[in-house]
Amino acid sequence: MKRMNHKIKGGILISLTAGSVILIIAIIVLILTVIVIQGKDRLTWEFLTSFPENGMTEGGIFPAIYGTALMVLIMTIAAVPFGTLTAIYMSEYASESSVISKSIRFAVRTLATVPSIIFGLFGLGFFIKFVGTGMDNFFLGGELKWAQPNILWASLTMALLTLPVVIVSVEEAIHTVPRELREASLALGATRWQTILKVVLPGSKSGILTGTILAISRGAGEVAPILFTGAAYYLATLPTSLSDQFMSLGYHVYIMATQSANVDETMPIQYATTLVLLLLTFALNLVAVVIRYRFRKNKK
Amino acid sequence: MVTDETPKSGFNKESLKKKFRFSEFISEKIITGVAFLSIAIILLIFIFVFKEALPIFHQAKPKPAKTEQVSDQPETYGAASEGSGTPEVYGTETDDQPEVYGGETPDRPEVYGADTGTSFTAEPEVYDSAMQARYGESTTEAIVGIGNLLGTEWQPVSDNPRYGLIPLLVGTLKITLIALLIAAPIAILAALFSAAFAPPWLRELIKPAVEILAGFPSVVIGFFALMVMATFFQDLFGYGARLNAFVGGVAMALAAIPIIFTVTEDVMTAVPGSYKEASLALGASRWQTAFFVTLPAATPGIFAAILLGIGRIFGETMIVLMATGNAVLISANPFESVRTFAATIGAEMAEVVFGDTHYSVLFLIGALLFIFTFTLNAIAEFYIKNKLIKRFQGKTT
Repeated sequence: MKRMNHKIKGGILISLTAGSVILIIAIIVLILTVIVIQGKDRLTWEFLTSFPENGMTEGGIFPAIYGTALMVLIMTIAAVPFGTLTAIYMSEYASESSVISKSIRFAVRTLATVPSIIFGLFGLGFFIKFVGTGMDNFFLGGELKWAQPNILWASLTMALLTLPVVIVSVEEAIHTVPRELREASLALGATRWQTILKVVLPGSKSGILTGTILAISRGAGEVAPILFTGAAYYLATLPTSLSDQFMSLGYHVYIMATQSANVDETMPIQYATTLVLLLLTFALNLVAVVIRYRFRKNKK
Repeated sequence: MVTDETPKSGFNKESLKKKFRFSEFISEKIITGVAFLSIAIILLIFIFVFKEALPIFHQAKPKPAKTEQVSDQPETYGAASEGSGTPEVYGTETDDQPEVYGGETPDRPEVYGADTGTSFTAEPEVYDSAMQARYGESTTEAIVGIGNLLGTEWQPVSDNPRYGLIPLLVGTLKITLIALLIAAPIAILAALFSAAFAPPWLRELIKPAVEILAGFPSVVIGFFALMVMATFFQDLFGYGARLNAFVGGVAMALAAIPIIFTVTEDVMTAVPGSYKEASLALGASRWQTAFFVTLPAATPGIFAAILLGIGRIFGETMIVLMATGNAVLISANPFESVRTFAATIGAEMAEVVFGDTHYSVLFLIGALLFIFTFTLNAIAEFYIKNKLIKRFQGKTT
């Protein structure tokens, strides 16, 4: 009898844990299914390539896609080189136990956990009010150009947010380059820098790629940092210079769902926009997961 | 060993010396410089978020004299206000400024200066009594006094703006509690399944699946909560407000599950195998080992995971902005609308005048959020680093 009880108890507890896993996966599937079903009808080529019309109740989302792509591009240009260099420093130059290395590591981890809205505040306080005003006063004699939200400041703010993503991915990849390869290169007379350029970096290409993809996926989806650093409600033209504002997919979803004049009527557009955003980030994440998985397997 | 004593090899001390390569020297210096960038960014975030919040406390000194003057003879205030033509000084005044809220451009203090003159002479009593009620007792209080910040009303856009943070704090805690009560059990149990019961192939599937959930943009989760969950829960429970703390909390749980799961799972797999083997050897079954050995051994890690989860929930903006209704209410009812710190910044920052008191208070909220998440993460890291690693190593060796 006692043995029976024991088995039943175990069965219940194990199924509880399994149930939790199933629940998590079910939620993922549910979110994906609902958004795909509701959004797929509206998702046409025309929707992707045309401008919003009629006060954003009709038409497409091309400016939002374009704006997101441009923002992500500038962000990548800023974040990936800096992230890669930091990762190289941490794994190749700094000794694991030194104070410098520890504090950089702590800073990177902290950066990864700073709430995204704080980055938005920082972008406003630092880039727009401090750097922007400084640039205006210095170059333009006080004319208002850079001291207001624009795509450059939004992208740089986003770059700060995604920097830890790049650093962590690249560092992880660098650690998988076998020590023997490095030693062989050094034994052949190559300098440390040559070893990094010719051995370490090529060996961690996949990590840089994964980091870039994850950073793009993160940057494309985040809205809070660009709320007041550059995203615009509606623009009739595409951004042509770095001092222009831009439309972004995530911000578009947010304002359409909460501040649009006619929420019910634009429901299909909202679902379709969300679907585009979700597909974009989902696909990027999936690619990153696959690359990393295959990479880890190869190394084993 | 090649030294001077073996000249046949063609090497000597000179030729073996490392050649100075300028480009490499520069590259290495650049890398070192870049590496310090993350530290610099953290410091800059600290400095700039606080700097923008500072005017609230900064202007404390000239205030007492002014306050007394005003309470004695309201007319003098008009002069004082006109004297403060610069936007910085103006920015720190907590007076009524409905006009400015209408105007979006930050660079019109002059216009405002003229406006204030009239608006104040029009209703000096209101201002006077408000000032007395709010700052009357204490002469050392800042423009937005501690009393105001600790008040229970958040009405930044009104004739007599009130910046009480208490309702926002209550809202934030409410959301955090709801989200945590949902996310923590699910994430921890799922992690236990993945670490203790799942065969390796299944684990390889569960982990990426959870990573996918972590990859969902928060605006998508917010949208889902707003469109689908809100309606579903309203039909289920039949409450009044469609968007409320409960919907926000459930949505927030979706954002917190991945981080709690990942950290917990990592810690559980790091529990030394000897623990489990000892337990199994003593005749315990697999589930007993999982629940009574692995789970307790991983407790500090689970604690850290929950702290990280709280940090995530505290700072999340888009989900609360979309799913909680954003009404500033103090109530214990989970089915009423709430407003959190992060949502307040997200909703109001776009509409404030740069340099204004409201603007500074929003930055103050940001600074509080930053300190809070920073502390949580530091504690979590301490727990993982010190307690856990020491526990595992100390007992195995």
